[in-house]
Amino acid sequence: MTDTTQTSRRVVVTGLGATTPVGGTAPQTWEAILAGRSGIDTLTQDWVAEHELPVTFAGSIHTDPLEVLAKVEVRRNDPSGQYALIAAREAWADAGAPEVAPERLGVAIGSGIGGVHTLLSQWDVLKEKGPRRVFPLTVPMLMPNGPAAAVSLDLSARAGAHCPVSACASGAEGMGLALNMIRTGRADMMVAGGTEAAIHPVCIAAFAAMTALSDRNDDPQAASRPYDVNRDGFVMGEGSGVMVLEAEEHAVARGARIYAYLDGVGMSSDAYHITAGEPEGAGAARAMEEAVADAGLGTDDIAHINAHATSTPVGDVAETRAIHRAFGGHTGDIAVTATKSMTGHLLGAAGALEAVLTVLTLHHRQVPPTINLDEQDPEIDLDVVTGEPRTLPDGQVAAVNNAFGFGGVNVALTFTSAS
Amino acid sequence: MARSEQEILEGLAEIVNEETGLEAEEVQMDKSFTEDLDIDSLSMMTIVVNAEDKFGVRIPDDEVKNLTHVKDAVSYIANNQG
Repeated sequence: MTDTTQTSRRVVVTGLGATTPVGGTAPQTWEAILAGRSGIDTLTQDWVAEHELPVTFAGSIHTDPLEVLAKVEVRRNDPSGQYALIAAREAWADAGAPEVAPERLGVAIGSGIGGVHTLLSQWDVLKEKGPRRVFPLTVPMLMPNGPAAAVSLDLSARAGAHCPVSACASGAEGMGLALNMIRTGRADMMVAGGTEAAIHPVCIAAFAAMTALSDRNDDPQAASRPYDVNRDGFVMGEGSGVMVLEAEEHAVARGARIYAYLDGVGMSSDAYHITAGEPEGAGAARAMEEAVADAGLGTDDIAHINAHATSTPVGDVAETRAIHRAFGGHTGDIAVTATKSMTGHLLGAAGALEAVLTVLTLHHRQVPPTINLDEQDPEIDLDVVTGEPRTLPDGQVAAVNNAFGFGGVNVALTFTSAS
Repeated sequence: MARSEQEILEGLAEIVNEETGLEAEEVQMDKSFTEDLDIDSLSMMTIVVNAEDKFGVRIPDDEVKNLTHVKDAVSYIANNQG
């Protein structure tokens, strides 16, 4: 008989943090999402007109980091690192900031793009003022693992400081990595999530060049409209979502509040196209099936899906096919929502933020609505929650959160309610 | 017009505060940058570059290692300001 004492450890969520286009904290974000409030708006930066950008709006961060962090922290961290620090500190405080051996605490915070603001602003400094004026902390600020490293330093986490980089699945992959680190005994607690700060003219121009972005410039708040017949691309967002994950016995021993269980992760890759998801959703379906099986559940046990649903014409349909492929006849019984309709697409932070929202959905038993769904695409035959939040039933409820990324990456997470 | 040592100290303290978050009044003549103010070599380079801009001096890289205490930096700047 094999020793399962390590691999059978169940993992709980004991702290939540977020800084997003709709709120400066997780509770503020949740309140806005439940109320169906959009965080998308016209950009006010000079560079929009200066470069004649074809897309003039995004989901910019709701709360300026200077309101939360010390000035010197803002100076020494790329915005992606600032957001991660803010969300991680909130999550850690929310978990009760417990005394834990540093060697038993780890960090897994993904980023899709890394410190693009730092990289390009220092390129400007180099061109305009010469090499001596380039900020000495440029490299640690632009590296994608900068945010994970900053959080590790801040919390004295020494079990590992990891940064999965898998485009828009990075944050979800961070959660999955953290789950397995606790299961396999490498850590008792993990600060896990994702962060992104890519609202930069180069990124907007590049995403627009591949016609991935909505260009509904005259009505930004209606631009992110997953599943609607008139959707025309995603809307860029920025921010960070972080949670504290913990071995169940560790959390119980210290009397921690348990929001939910993270019970399963599934990952796959399409090997189909560098940006487009495989249109039949086979890879995405496999990730969902694995995530459910990893949780020891059957697909019929899933009551809710927080979908990847970015509001692109092709992607939303492919995910719908994947959900049908994975859940079959049970699909119609699943309450689906697309919270990107309010936050926009946080890229490498998207999966992490939506995981935080999935946990809050189970905790409060309220599925937030998808906004801007005026006319549902007939190809999207899903039970999408719109208008008012929908109440989930009592008892044990399980939910799946999807995150897919360029490169054909598929990650699904299964969360289960605390009771 | 040449700045007095007191004016240079105050200006330098502002730069140190901006870079490290240290309170400006902690930046005193007899303090060591590394021992007392806990300023590492990366921060020191940024402080030097900002001081060059502020005071119109050039502080060669070879000179930076000699500026161990605040008073060294202040007198270097006082003697070399443009």
